Amino acid sequence: MSRLVHEEDLDDLARGAAVLGTGGGGNPYIGKLMAQQAIREHGPVTLVDAAEVPDDAVVVQAAMMGAPTVMVEKLPRGDEAAQAFSMLEEFLGRPVTHVVCGEAGGVNSTIPFVVAATLGLPLVDADGMGRAFPELQMVMPGLLGVSATPLVVADEKGNSILLRTVGNRWTERLARTATIEMGCSSAFASYVMSGQQLRDTMVLGTLSLCQDIGRLIVRARAQHRDPVRAVADRLDGRPVFTGRVVDIERRTETGFARGRAVLSGTGDDAGSDLVLNFQNEHLVATRDGSVVASVPDLIIVLDSDTAEPVTTEEIRYGFRVSVLVAPCDPRWRTEAGLELVGPRYFGYPFDYIALEDRLSTGTGTP
Amino acid sequence: MRIGIDVGGTNTDAVLMDGRTVLAEFKTPTTPEVTGGIVAALDGLQAGRPFPPADVTAVMIGTTHFTNAVVEAERLSRTATVRLGLPATAGLPPMTDWPAQLRRALGEHVYLCHGGYEFDGRLISDFDESEVRAAAADIAAKGIQSVAVSSVFSPVNPEMELRAADVLREVIPGLAVSVSHEIGRVGLLERENATILNACLRELAEHITAALEKSVRGAGIEAPVYISQNDGTLMSVDYCRQYPVATFASGPTNSMRGAAFLSGRSDCVVVDVGGTTSDVGALVHGFPREAAVAVDIGGVRTNFRMPDVLSVGLGGGSLVARAEEAVTVGPRSVGYAIRDRALVFGGDTVTATDLVVAAGMCVVGDPARVADLDADLVRAGVRHMQERLAELVDRVKTSADPLPVVVVGGGSILLEDHLEGASEILKPDHFAVANAIGAAIAQVGAEVDKVFSLAELPREQALDSARQEAVAKATAAGAQASTVQIVDVEEVPLAYLPSNAVRIRVKAVGDLPLGGEDVAAGT
Repeated sequence: MSRLVHEEDLDDLARGAAVLGTGGGGNPYIGKLMAQQAIREHGPVTLVDAAEVPDDAVVVQAAMMGAPTVMVEKLPRGDEAAQAFSMLEEFLGRPVTHVVCGEAGGVNSTIPFVVAATLGLPLVDADGMGRAFPELQMVMPGLLGVSATPLVVADEKGNSILLRTVGNRWTERLARTATIEMGCSSAFASYVMSGQQLRDTMVLGTLSLCQDIGRLIVRARAQHRDPVRAVADRLDGRPVFTGRVVDIERRTETGFARGRAVLSGTGDDAGSDLVLNFQNEHLVATRDGSVVASVPDLIIVLDSDTAEPVTTEEIRYGFRVSVLVAPCDPRWRTEAGLELVGPRYFGYPFDYIALEDRLSTGTGTP
Repeated sequence: MRIGIDVGGTNTDAVLMDGRTVLAEFKTPTTPEVTGGIVAALDGLQAGRPFPPADVTAVMIGTTHFTNAVVEAERLSRTATVRLGLPATAGLPPMTDWPAQLRRALGEHVYLCHGGYEFDGRLISDFDESEVRAAAADIAAKGIQSVAVSSVFSPVNPEMELRAADVLREVIPGLAVSVSHEIGRVGLLERENATILNACLRELAEHITAALEKSVRGAGIEAPVYISQNDGTLMSVDYCRQYPVATFASGPTNSMRGAAFLSGRSDCVVVDVGGTTSDVGALVHGFPREAAVAVDIGGVRTNFRMPDVLSVGLGGGSLVARAEEAVTVGPRSVGYAIRDRALVFGGDTVTATDLVVAAGMCVVGDPARVADLDADLVRAGVRHMQERLAELVDRVKTSADPLPVVVVGGGSILLEDHLEGASEILKPDHFAVANAIGAAIAQVGAEVDKVFSLAELPREQALDSARQEAVAKATAAGAQASTVQIVDVEEVPLAYLPSNAVRIRVKAVGDLPLGGEDVAAGT
């Protein structure tokens, strides 16, 4: 069933998207402002269920690429993504009929609203990951054989590049190189899909889930229930650590925001520390030297008191945060899925252990 | 001896202190023009405990003038904003997310120009002097006297902001220019917002700081005058004139630090009950706990470090209303007019103070005047207040364990001696002037801001060196070594410089020795 998304709906939606964004996916505040502005100007966005999308639809992902640390400084011009869409349509020789999100995360769940509102297109209630990942090939359609190209990457200066590649890893490499030259932030249009491909390969209902999580946090706060616990319960996850940020190291490197945050435990976790390693998104959480969670499970960092999601570009010295881990979409846990987004892909010398299995054995892996 | 003064929205409080001893305290209504309240406060101290003006070594003033001006959107100057960053950033022009009332108060004089830097120091586009000149000419034609300048990645390279400021001042002599790299950190919107707020307060700051100094000098005191900053440290009057935005949230910080001083507790919840509102915050290891996510001031998002304080419209002057069965207290208040309007003072309005007097919780004014207040109204109203305060206390607590609750401020009579979630309720001596005491015992801070080459020095060593230097600077500035803490560390990679350069900023803060015998005795 389709429904209209209004300006005021975006508060909850952006908050929930940043929760699933696991620290990345771009700054939720900037994305929300841009989407609200677009809706004010062009009217509400029609959100449709995947089931309603016709088989012969032309569905295209809209997203931004780059380092979130750059995006909070160099704000977009605003029409980069729409520019990428129009160049892609020109190449395809037919109009795009639906917009969809590549990932769940601050900017990348709200930029598609900007595109949908500006171009007057419906937005599909789905995304490519059920969370955020740092690289372009790390989407479910890619895992299941859909090509990322033709893809158009565009910047705020008016440059745009059309890519056709032999594989999605190449798309990531070439688009990333272009993005770095463009100043570490760009918009792109990619993964052209039919309605059937969309239903077969995407994570469905993500935007509704985001809005639901956002609403849940606000309601839990109003009712003086623990909002962190409320988020954990909704995602079948569990809180793993509460502490204060005592060190934060960040670099803009090879087109990503890379770094680590060190938390010193408080309350029940006093005396322990937790290290979070990130590449735009949180990849691995290590407690006192033992891994307690890794990609593709979701490592979510929330403000301890308010459960506002804290992104990797915002987190800073002195913040009091709670870390919780939630299970990823089961398709990421297959052999092919782990090859694409497991810890070894990111250069960590250990295998993935699912959150539930860690709980039953009670410890992490070395 | 030193004098601490807190200029609040309703009252101006003052204390005269010698070491840790409070020699005199005085409370007087804040006057619309600054001078009157300060003069009355200084006279009041003099009357309470005569002192030779020459014996005063420092006067510390905390003021909510600037915060209130923004919250009320009054007394603000028309302000222009020049942002360098085109073609980037056009999607979100300056003041996009500001409340309409504030935008109107400042006028919407926004100039987007080319310029700004990429993350690695390359130019987004060239600085276009003629464009900035054209903006300056327009600003001059409008007669605007204060300008905020922001540029993309100015924390990485401030040069372009400085060039724009030079051009603006050249075209408009005497123009007040606030540049964003001096005011905030990475995050263009939040930094720019703080810079615009600073710019719109510059004229008011000229006026206020001059009045503060004049009032102090008028009392024959020649000692230096300091103003409290949001992090509990002091700044000079000259600094405040240029950076009035640094006073934001100094009120809650002062009241919490004053409460810690008076109660001797370092981990507790502080409830500051004023005439119109109550502020509740938490002290952790003697420091106000800071808000983690971005803080709104008057609806404007900034990324200042601020104490995490919850406010509720409930104070001594709050109006009591009954609708059907329910009794509500606040958020409307008679404010400073409480001495005319509350029943116990002979007025005709039922206030929160009247309820607690009628309930026998304290004696204020003439209890006989509330003797025949409806008992149900009194009971329900008092319960309503206790529940709301208990709820706030509960929200600022970090754990479910009961914590000491320290109650300060003029309206503290509203709180009973028992509160859900409190291990004890403390109402220390001088509780009514905790803010002024907080100002008087303000801390000193020192900042180190340096570029390190990580190719030459490993990161851990660079950080250590910056930390040690900040601590040494704070100690040199007069802080007691045992109290110095690192309160902020920020690292900005400078990708355009060779050999892995980073800019590291560290701020250390510590207590000034208070002198006096009991400090020497180690209490």
